Formats: sequence, structure tokens, C-alpha cells
Amino acid sequence: MSATVALVDYGAGNLTSVMRGLRRAGIDPVIATSPAALADAAGIVVPGVGHFSATASIDDEWRKALLSRVAAGVPLLGICLGMQWLFEGSTESPGLPGLALARGLCQSMNEIGTQFAELSPDLIAFKVPHLGWNRLKPPWGCIEIGTQFGELSPDLNSDSRLLAGVEPGAFAYFAHSFAAPVGPETVATTTHGATFASVIERDNVFGTQFHPELSSETGAAIFANFARVVRR
Amino acid sequence: MSSQLTRRVIACLDVRDGVVVKGVNFEGLVNAGDPAALAARYAAEGADELVMLDISATIEGRRAMVDTIRRIAEQLSVPLTVGGGIRSLDDARAAFDAGADKIAVNSAALATPELITAIAGRYGSQAAVVAIDAKWDGGRAMVFGRSGTSASAREAVEWAREVESRGAGEILLTSIDRDGTRQGFDCALTAAVSGAVNIPVIASGGAGGRDHFADVFMRGHADAALAASIFHFADTSIPALKQWLSLQGLPMRITTPKDGAC
Repeated sequence: MSATVALVDYGAGNLTSVMRGLRRAGIDPVIATSPAALADAAGIVVPGVGHFSATASIDDEWRKALLSRVAAGVPLLGICLGMQWLFEGSTESPGLPGLALARGLCQSMNEIGTQFAELSPDLIAFKVPHLGWNRLKPPWGCIEIGTQFGELSPDLNSDSRLLAGVEPGAFAYFAHSFAAPVGPETVATTTHGATFASVIERDNVFGTQFHPELSSETGAAIFANFARVVRR
Repeated sequence: MSSQLTRRVIACLDVRDGVVVKGVNFEGLVNAGDPAALAARYAAEGADELVMLDISATIEGRRAMVDTIRRIAEQLSVPLTVGGGIRSLDDARAAFDAGADKIAVNSAALATPELITAIAGRYGSQAAVVAIDAKWDGGRAMVFGRSGTSASAREAVEWAREVESRGAGEILLTSIDRDGTRQGFDCALTAAVSGAVNIPVIASGGAGGRDHFADVFMRGHADAALAASIFHFADTSIPALKQWLSLQGLPMRITTPKDGAC
């Protein structure tokens, strides 16, 4: 049986690959262009690329509908900008509130990175946007390249439903210039200049800073896990 | 460790009238196979991204391209960039709707730089790639449009800075001098452009062997390297190339084969 999942379309970017990725996971995505379309959804996906201000087109009515569905226990997955919007806000658009389902403010990766510049000038030798394949690490401890990831633990984070079966050090495809802080909702981190939250999860709220739809087997596993959560 | 971002290996499909072709110095094309079948193979082998360039010579060929994009995208769960013949936001929309994740613009961006900003504004900077074809003229790397046939008055580094300021999220930099020659990437050109911008630069043109990739990553400071013919004609396999680059100390995405043979 396929589960109906609403894909929130607020005009930020291109939904074709997200739709394809969800379908491969057995999800039947329906594009939601109005808050009313969320009423029957068994799950909600908020995609998004571009500037935080793009979320301004998600008006009060959308916010109320999304928050009431989340409060009713409907699983919500935010992708990229869609995940950043789950936080309290972003320095990219000060004054434009996020959904505040996760704690903290998103910041420019340049801002985060330059906090380390005084320690070592080498640390700022990175480009923003952060674009390409990078590793997912547990939110605790510091794992560097070269470690035999598989020997530490079979799972990246056994507390996370979204990351079931995903190995520590798994690769995912990122494309962003702002990032979310590591906080209580963080279930995986990634390092580019600084370490940021790359996956968040709290109860029925999930977010990935990377694009599962473009992240090969890692992304397929995450969509399959989300589909499992939606069907429960 | 300032970043664990990997260097990318990108397989390119030059498609004309529905089939993959490859030439030397932008001329002399030979048939290399079915685009969807090749895309599926490269993705399974660990290509970090695919680029499809439409070099159709006819209107019919261009019309068939949307169908080709759809067939390729159906095979992929890694990013697909589509370029060639994108002249307007409408052309870009058709390619995105068919399954492209990024659009590369070249001649149209030279003629109408505002197109870069329009694509970035609608689809995000990460989806707006500007392809720069450059050729050395004395000590200056000059930009060419129309598949290397039309000289512009712009220098590559200056044009790269401008496209970044107009919202491009990535630069696909092709050396016309090296394209199809298998003599190695143009590391001097790549390093000059990569050092001038803060957005990623994909080096293209001249890949002939694995040491060329190591060179362009280390000396050319490329964020990604693209090749076509060495993959099509199976002289270099993507998994072996990435394993070797990893052993040279470059951060690469190494995936375990699904059949468990490893």
C-alpha cells in the first residue's frame, strides 16, 4: 500500500527529483499548493532550495496548517532550505521566523567558519556554497577521514528512525550556503569549515540539510525510513 | 580537518540526435552509445554526477532532447546537469521539468548575462551552472561561445567573477585546446579560475588517464573533474580511478559494490 505524502510547493525550486525519489521509496507524493491540501496527508515533505526569504511565501495560514498537522502526529520531513525553516530563523533573513520546531538560528557557513579563523588560517580554506558529497557523522565525538567507520558501530545513530541502517561516514549530496547549529535535535553532523547539523529528528519532525533525492543509496535509505514512519 | 567535502568525478554525455557522441577539439564525432544506458552504468559505478550536453544540430534533435533527459533522469539518484541550447528561462524550465537538477548555460549567458540571475532566482544558485569554454591566445585565456566557434571579447577569469556575482552556483570550465586530446586537463587555466571565485569549478577537457585527475585536483585546485571519452571507451573505470585518487590522499566518495564482492 502506498502512503499519500503532501509535497509542499511554495515556488522554491524544482520538485521533479524529489517526486522521483519519494516514488522509488513507495510513497505517493501529491503536490500541495494550498494549506487545505495537507488535511488528508499521512506525511508532509517541505523541500526547498535558494534563499531563506523564499519561505516567506509560506504565509500564516500555511504555518498554522503545518503546525497543527505536526501537533496531530503527522510526520514532517524538511529538505535543505526546508530543514533550515524548521529552526527558529536564519541570519539570511533576520526577522523572518521559522517554524521553531528545532532550537537555534541558521547562519552563513562563512560566519560559522570564520569563528575558527583565529585558531588556524588553514581552517578557512573552504568554499561556500558547500556543494558536493560529504560525510554524515554521529553528533557526538569527532570522526575523521581514515577511521574504519564500520568498526565503531553498525549504525550512524541508533536513536534515529530516519537514519536506520545508514552507516557512520555515509556520503550525502549537499548544496547550501547557510547551515543549522548542532543542538538537541541533531542526529547527524557534517563538517565543512565548521561542524553543523546535517540531520535532525525529534518525534515526528525530521530534517536533512542534504538532498536525499540526489544522494544515491544514502538518500534511498532515508526516504525508505521516512516511508516506514509514515505508514506506522 | 577543515572539510570532508570530497572531490567529484563527473561523467559527461555529449548527446546528438538521441545518441552519445564524442569528438576531438569539438569536431569529428563518433557514436559512443545510448545515453540512458551509459548514465545508468556510470551512476552504478560511482560517478558523483552526470552532465548531459545537447549538441544536436537540428530542430528535431532538440525536440527529442526533453525525452532523452527524462530517460536519463529515470536512471539516476545522483545530480544531473543539462546544457547545450538553453537560451531562455522557458528552455531551462523544460529541462528542469524533465528531470534536470542543474542547467548549464554558455552562449546564451554571454549574449544575455541576466539569464544567469533569472535561473538562479527561480531555481536557486545551486541549479545555475555557467559553462565557460576557454582557449589560450598568447598569455590570455579567452572565452568562446557556440561550441568553441565564436570568440568573445571576454577573458575567462574576468567572466568567471562576473557569472559568480550574477548568481551562478558553479562553473563548468572547458579547455578548448585540450578537449578530446587526452593530453591532460589545463591545470593553469583551472587554477586561475578556481582561485578567482568562491564557487566550485569543474575542470573539463583533456582527461587521458588517472594522473591527469590527480593533477587537476592538486595543482589546478579543481573541485570536480569531468570526462567523457575515457569512460565511454572503457580505458579507465570510474571505481578504479576513484580508489586510486583516494590512495593519493584526495578525499573521494568511495562506495562499496552492491553485490558484496568487495
